[in-house]
Amino acid sequence: MAKVILVDTTLRDGSHAISHSYLREQVEAIAIGLDQAGLPVLEVSHGDGLGGSSYTYGFSATSEFDLIAAAAAKVKNTRVAVLLLPGIGTIEDLKRAKAAGAGMVRVATHVTEADVSAQHIAAAKELGMTAVGFLMMTHMVSPQKIAEEAVKMESYGADYINLADSAGYLLPGGVTERVQAVRAAIKIPVGFHAHNNLALAMANSLAAVEAGAEYLDATIMGLGAGAGNTQLEVLAGVLLRQGIETGVDFYRLMDLARDVMEPIMRRPQIIDGGSMMLGYAGVYSSFLLHIYNAAEKYGLEARDILVELGRRGMVGGQEDMIIDVAYQMTGARGQKTE
Amino acid sequence: MNKIKVGIIGPGNIGTDLMYKVFRSKYLEMGMMAGIVESEGIKRAASLGVPVSTEGVEALAAQKDIRIAFDATSAAAHIKFNGPVLKEAGITSIDLTPAALGPYCVPSVNLKALALEPDINMVTCGGQATIPIVYAITRIAGGSYAEIVACISSKSAGPGTRANMDEFTETTAAAIESVGGADQGKAIIILNPAEPPLMMTNTIIVRVKDPTVGLEPIRASVEEIVAELKTYVPGYQLRVPPILEGNKLTVIVQVQGQGDYLPEYSGNLDIINSAAVAAAEQIAAGLPAQGGV
Repeated sequence: MAKVILVDTTLRDGSHAISHSYLREQVEAIAIGLDQAGLPVLEVSHGDGLGGSSYTYGFSATSEFDLIAAAAAKVKNTRVAVLLLPGIGTIEDLKRAKAAGAGMVRVATHVTEADVSAQHIAAAKELGMTAVGFLMMTHMVSPQKIAEEAVKMESYGADYINLADSAGYLLPGGVTERVQAVRAAIKIPVGFHAHNNLALAMANSLAAVEAGAEYLDATIMGLGAGAGNTQLEVLAGVLLRQGIETGVDFYRLMDLARDVMEPIMRRPQIIDGGSMMLGYAGVYSSFLLHIYNAAEKYGLEARDILVELGRRGMVGGQEDMIIDVAYQMTGARGQKTE
Repeated sequence: MNKIKVGIIGPGNIGTDLMYKVFRSKYLEMGMMAGIVESEGIKRAASLGVPVSTEGVEALAAQKDIRIAFDATSAAAHIKFNGPVLKEAGITSIDLTPAALGPYCVPSVNLKALALEPDINMVTCGGQATIPIVYAITRIAGGSYAEIVACISSKSAGPGTRANMDEFTETTAAAIESVGGADQGKAIIILNPAEPPLMMTNTIIVRVKDPTVGLEPIRASVEEIVAELKTYVPGYQLRVPPILEGNKLTVIVQVQGQGDYLPEYSGNLDIINSAAVAAAEQIAAGLPAQGGV
């Protein structure tokens, strides 16, 4: 029977959807639920990874190191992972995360910039952690180019390579060819991280598995940046139907979604106009709520800001350019005056 | 006035661009380009009439008339060899590596206080582009926290930067505090691969201590320092002038390089090199004349 390892990122990607406001008790309840449901890995960090708490990405309501420690203290079998984007997080942050109980780090770079991960992957291995090479915005380049970057991360010591469709832009065929190209180029496993901006997170996740992906990211209720990620409890059911073994308890996940996750959510995780345009224009999903804020402040249409960001080729982490775009679009008028 | 002779250690992209900036200086002239192997950079310097050596810092230190040297090698080389040898020879070091044996120098902020230092460090490219703005804000309204996001084109991020991203963020954050005057500093760097390459852009956000001073004096202070920066980096400009929301002050700047040796989009490299040459000119102005000691 085919197997897939599910990686829950409700406490990391999901953090975007609630503007990084997780509280210790919420994290504990989710970690307990995931552990009881048999999730192999859960990821907890600021949405933009370690060190992401800032004006630019939003300040964490609770220190991420406290949240990592809270999750780590409550799990029996689930491994605790963190995300780290070189240029935002540092090896010092990684050491603190390890001390708080993280055993795994996913080192994320823009899809063409894998070489900035060498230092952090090496540091993770020295710390005795599992290290994952995480390539973001994979829709922007060819499968061949992604494979070249994956090979670099493998050479730095990565244990598997995760391909992210950070803008929720890819169609299933695009996922298939990307996963296949990377699998053919490396010896370590491949994983996939979807966004649901074009309602294709589930279809793309299945395409990835069909092409040989061994790891899939998902979140409870689909909570995540933009229109969210692949919905974990649904994915568990779909994979059961597909005859793919995950080892997770489908019913417990359903209960966790209803009893714990729903009360935490601030808005329904739907595909609204803004998130749809993220997927259509190929813009980094985490920009969404920041774009809504800027649109409100400057009296602009969110989708106009979004299309301009896409035209400029902005990559993950460039949330600061939302204000630049809004300012340039309004010229001297600046912010809306009441 | 007689020009002061300077040397450059490290004939790579940075060293070569520095050489062209020295050619343009009214106060400096090239005394030597030094490397440790035969290279394109050494050949180029020689073809332009600059004395060259592949014997590294030792050859440069033996030139009695060189008073100031730029180190464009690596932190390890500056700490182990170049810094100590130059100090022994009485040559002022302008260190463009992350070694930081000496104090951080951001010319528009603290150069005058450092004119007698034997070894000054040029922080990082992002630091040179953003710390003057942090300082311009904190000197008026104080700053309990300052954050910068530097975005540079992938093509202008060399292997040294790529191999050590933490060095950039940690050094820049430290200098935001010690030179910029914020109680707490944070730095973020983003590499963007867009084609054609994007100009370097930097966002500076400060949590000011006293927002009651109002926007006007902050804006005037920022504009004053931008005008000063433009004297050595003509392509430095405000993209988004100061915005004050509560105690949050945001500024966005763009740095277009002068295209001396490196392309114009490499504003990050242009600004650190221009700052280094501006520092050398100021130091040169304070040196006693040749043979006058």
